Parts: sequence; structure tokens; C-alpha cells
Amino acid sequence: MLQTMARELAPLHQGDPIKAATREAYGKALLELGEEMPDLCVLDADLSGSTKTKAFGQAYPERFFNCGVAEANMMGIAAGLASMGKTVFASSFAMFATGKAWEQVRQSIAVPEFNVKVAATHAGLTVGEDGKSHQMLEDITLMRVIPGMRVLVPADAVEARLAVRAAAEADGPFYVRLSRASTPVVFGEDYKFEIGKGAVVRDGHDIAIVACGIEVGMALAAAEELAQGGIEARVIAMASVKPIDADLITEAAQDCGCVMTAEEHQVMGGLGSAVAEVLATRAPVPMAFCGMNNEFGQSGDAWDLVSHYGLDGPGLAASARKLIESKKS
Amino acid sequence: MTLTDQQREEIRAAANTVRQDSVRMTNAATCGHPGGPMGMADFMSTLFLAHLNLDADNRHDPERDRFILGNGHTCAGLYSLLAQKGLFSRESLLEFRKFGSPLQGHPHRNLDLGIDMSTGSLGNGLSVGVGMALAAKQNGWGTRVYVASSDGESQEGQIWEAATAAAHYGLANLTVMVDFNNIQIDGVMREVMDVLDLREKYAAFGWHAVDVDGHDVDAIDAALCSAKEETTRPSAIICHTTIGKGVSFMEDKAAWHGVAPNDEQAREALAELGA
Ligand SMILES: Cc1ncc(C[n+]2csc(CCOP(=O)(O)OP(=O)(O)O)c2C)c(N)n1
Ligand SMILES: [Mg+2]
Repeated sequence: MLQTMARELAPLHQGDPIKAATREAYGKALLELGEEMPDLCVLDADLSGSTKTKAFGQAYPERFFNCGVAEANMMGIAAGLASMGKTVFASSFAMFATGKAWEQVRQSIAVPEFNVKVAATHAGLTVGEDGKSHQMLEDITLMRVIPGMRVLVPADAVEARLAVRAAAEADGPFYVRLSRASTPVVFGEDYKFEIGKGAVVRDGHDIAIVACGIEVGMALAAAEELAQGGIEARVIAMASVKPIDADLITEAAQDCGCVMTAEEHQVMGGLGSAVAEVLATRAPVPMAFCGMNNEFGQSGDAWDLVSHYGLDGPGLAASARKLIESKKS
Repeated sequence: MTLTDQQREEIRAAANTVRQDSVRMTNAATCGHPGGPMGMADFMSTLFLAHLNLDADNRHDPERDRFILGNGHTCAGLYSLLAQKGLFSRESLLEFRKFGSPLQGHPHRNLDLGIDMSTGSLGNGLSVGVGMALAAKQNGWGTRVYVASSDGESQEGQIWEAATAAAHYGLANLTVMVDFNNIQIDGVMREVMDVLDLREKYAAFGWHAVDVDGHDVDAIDAALCSAKEETTRPSAIICHTTIGKGVSFMEDKAAWHGVAPNDEQAREALAELGA
């Protein structure tokens, strides 16, 4: 059924592999949840066509509020609705939802522990041509440091749908990071997503690659390339960046002897930092961090940018080989 | 001072070139925002040709005027005017939004090209203009600071924080030109989030504020002249425009906010624009 949904989501990407954008899955999940949860409200800030909340707005106009280009105000309104018992999803682009409105998310949503899910799309480099003003590469950090805020970065449309549902069903604040671009569907229909759990999507014992979002697909491509050179990489999809699956990471470090992280995000403070925080105390091993190194993005084709910054399959494979070399020396 | 016949003709020609370039650039990029700059073309061209003291020779003069495109998504128009004023080649316009081009999808500060400020996140521009105007005033420079904004951007609270500060500091050297086309991404302003009467709002915030027909270059010029007469108040010129102006199938349609014309649409649009 999930594969069917992924196929439905990807009319433009027929053939193999099935591709879909996590934001499309978000829009679909909201429609399903709207029917099940009469207290669910959805807010947007003049980007409902792009974030895919529009369909919810058409189906449930009395529970949809377009707040206009005013993200800080939207987060305050979300907090007020939640204080009255509503479950609220508030959406914009990742840049504006977490950047423009960070303090409102912290003070008005996280401090009182309100039931607000900040679900933001267009995260990372794969916004492409819009350039650095729109390529949010700091949001995982910004959301992860807020006490009580849980952070989910699904790898594909299947996982996105499950993650959105999990966030809706759990009480309290969440950040769900979604993408604009279509990506290969990684998970099958039997996949069960759980908050706080990662998933081994390929097994291996030479290196562990922990990835989230679009980088899970890239890590799988890297593992394929590495296998041709006799290196077996374990690939872990870690959508639950916070709470993170410390046991799975520790076990991977002990089995593989080195761990690399991959994210469409700054290295500082993101998934890589979260993994390092676990391993530094539980199983210190050589590590490498793939992501943005203290720089902003730029305009260009989304996938050209991913390659340019060494975050495609070949780029990750090269970093992995270097890490394995350093492990030997 | 009123426009001479020659000035008027030059401004209209520049505005038409802005419209053509907006179509060509977004078509070549296969993405971007053509509608906004086409609607803003007349007031932007009046500003750039008859008022803004920025050209190829003075681009590095600290006392020259400054310009900030608060509604940064409309930068195809800004780039067209900077190229028309000789700050860089017209050929580079077709590199818009492509990897390696300095003509980023939203403006990135580059003084060699005459781009004074990085923008793209709505709401930020006017505050930066307040800072620039404050510094110019403090230095005793004749610098004027111009900020373009929009009706959609006026929904951001920061705009009104900046408006409060500009009036408080008596920044007569600051002028905001607001593109009021009644359109934002999700549709018509009134239906999404009504901003009501922006002239009244700016006036209530202590500004010299006027409404103009944003396609009447003489009225726009007169408003820019009246801003220069102010001695204690910042000025707001609310320019009432039509998004996609000049191309029948693009006019007044929110859909043309952020979609590039395909080859056939571009051909039709350029034909209507007399290219
Ligand atoms: C802070 C922020 N929020 C959201 C956006 C996305 N966005 C870009 S343009 C736009 C609509 C703005 O309305 P307006 O400037 O009036 O658009 P136009 O008339 O040019 O279509 C939005 C929401 C943004 N760039 N910045
Ligand atoms: Mg508008």
C-alpha cells in the first residue's frame, strides 16, 4: 500500500526507481489525518501550494489558516490554538519556519510544550536555483538545540508519511524536515517508522554511514560504488535525529570501526554532531562528517549542487574511502 | 522638476526592456519570477534612470545612493536595470540563476555589480535601509537610500518595526517604493491576508506617504521628487501596479508570480512586448 502511494505520488517519475518528494507525502498525510483527527488544524504562510498544505485547506477550510507572509505571527497563532486543545501543523519553507520564527518556536511553542508540529519543506541545497537565501542548511541545528523539540528528517515519501503521522499522534512539539525535490523511494511497504529508532537499510561491516533525508539515497548509491571495490558499508537511515537511536549507532561503531555521517545541512550542529555526541561517550571511533562546511549554498541545478558539495554517491564514496584509509594508518 | 520628453521616452524604453528581460531570463533559467518585475518595471525604471545616483563610474563611491530590493524574488528586473546602466554586460543576464553566475536567484550583495544588499527573505530589507540612512545622515552625506518592497512583504511584522524606527529617527533620506499589485503567492491579497490601505498605514507611522499609479512614470517621478523635499520624514510611495504588465496572458495572475514562461509563451510574450 505504501508503494502504491509512492507510485501515486510520482506520476512524473514512472519507471525505476520510483521517485517522490517528501513534501507530497506530507500533503497526503495531512488529508488522512484531517479525517481521523477533528482537532487537527493546519497553518501556512503564503506557500500552501509549495508546502502541499493546500489540499488540506480545500478539504477542511474551517481548520486551515493561511497567515500570509508572517511566519513569526503564524508560530504564535499555532501556540494559541494548541493551548486550546488543538493539534497544529504549521508550515512554510524551512528557512522561514525555523529561521524567521526561531524565537517564537522556542518561547511560545517549546517552552510551554505545546502540541505544535513545525513541518517545513524546501530544506537544504535541493531548493536549487533560488540560492542561498532559500537553502536552509542550519535548521536541524536550530531545532535540535531546543529542549523538548523532537526532530524528524525522513528519507523518502514512505517514511515522510509515517513520520508525519507519528508526530501527529505523539504529544508535544516536533520539527519535521521535508524536501522539495523528488527522490528515490527507499523503504518498502512493510517499513515501520518509530520515533527514536533508526533503520539499517543496507548491511556491511567496513564502515557505517548514518544519513538522513535525501542523503539516505545518496549513501545507498555510495555503498553500491564501495561494494565494487570490496568495501561493505552499512547504511543507517536516521530520520529520528532527536531523539536519536544511540544503541543502533553504538552497535554500528563497534561492528564497523568507523562511522561517517551524511546530511544536506551544515556539519556543525546537525546529524553528524548528534551522532558524535553519542559515540564520543559510548564508542569512540574514527569519524567523518559529510555536509556543508561552514559555507552557504548558491544558485544552480539542485543535483549539480549536491554533487558540487560532495554529497552525491561518488562524493560520499570518496569520503568513505578516505575515512577507511585513516582507520588503517 | 518634471520629466523631459526625452527622459520619459528613455524610461519607457528601459521599462519595456525590463519586461522583455524578465521573460527572457526566466525562460532561459526555466524558473524564477517574471510577473513581479514586469509590474514594477515602470517605477523601477523611473527610479534608476531619473533618480538613483548609481552608475558604472560611481559604484565604489561611498557617498552614492543605495538601493535594496526588499522583495528580492523580483531581481530579474533589478539585474536588467543594472545591465542597462552599464554595471555589467547584457549577455550575463542569460546566466541568471545558473551555477557559478553572480546573478543569483535572489540578490547577493556584490558592489562590483551595484548590488547593495543580499535579500530574498521577505521583511528584512527596510530595516537595513534604515541603518544605511542613519549612517548616511550621521556622516553628513547627501546619500539617499531607496528600498523596494511589496504588498506581500508588508505582511511581515519587521516592516512595521522598521517603519517605526525610520520615522523616529527622522530619516528624510529614506524612501520606500511598495509594489502594490494585490497579488501574493497563494492568490489575491484580500483572500489570503488583507493588508488594507498601505498609504494610510505608513502615514499613521509618521511617514510622508502617497499613492501613485505605478505605471504612470510622470506621477512616479513627481512622487520621487516630493520625497526629496521632505526634511524630517521618510517617504513611502505606494505604487499600484499590475503583475505581468504588458503581456495579456500574464497580467493580474498570481500564477505568474514564480513560474517561468516556456519557449512558446516566451515567444508570444516577447511579440506582445514588441521585441
Ligand atoms: C520571509 C519569507 N517568507 C516567505 C517567502 C516566500 N515568498 C516569496 S515571494 C512571496 C509572496 C510575496 O508577495 P509579493 O511580494 O507581493 O509577491 P508578488 O506580488 O511579486 O507576486 C513569498 C511568500 C519569502 N521569500 N520570505
Ligand atoms: Mg504583490
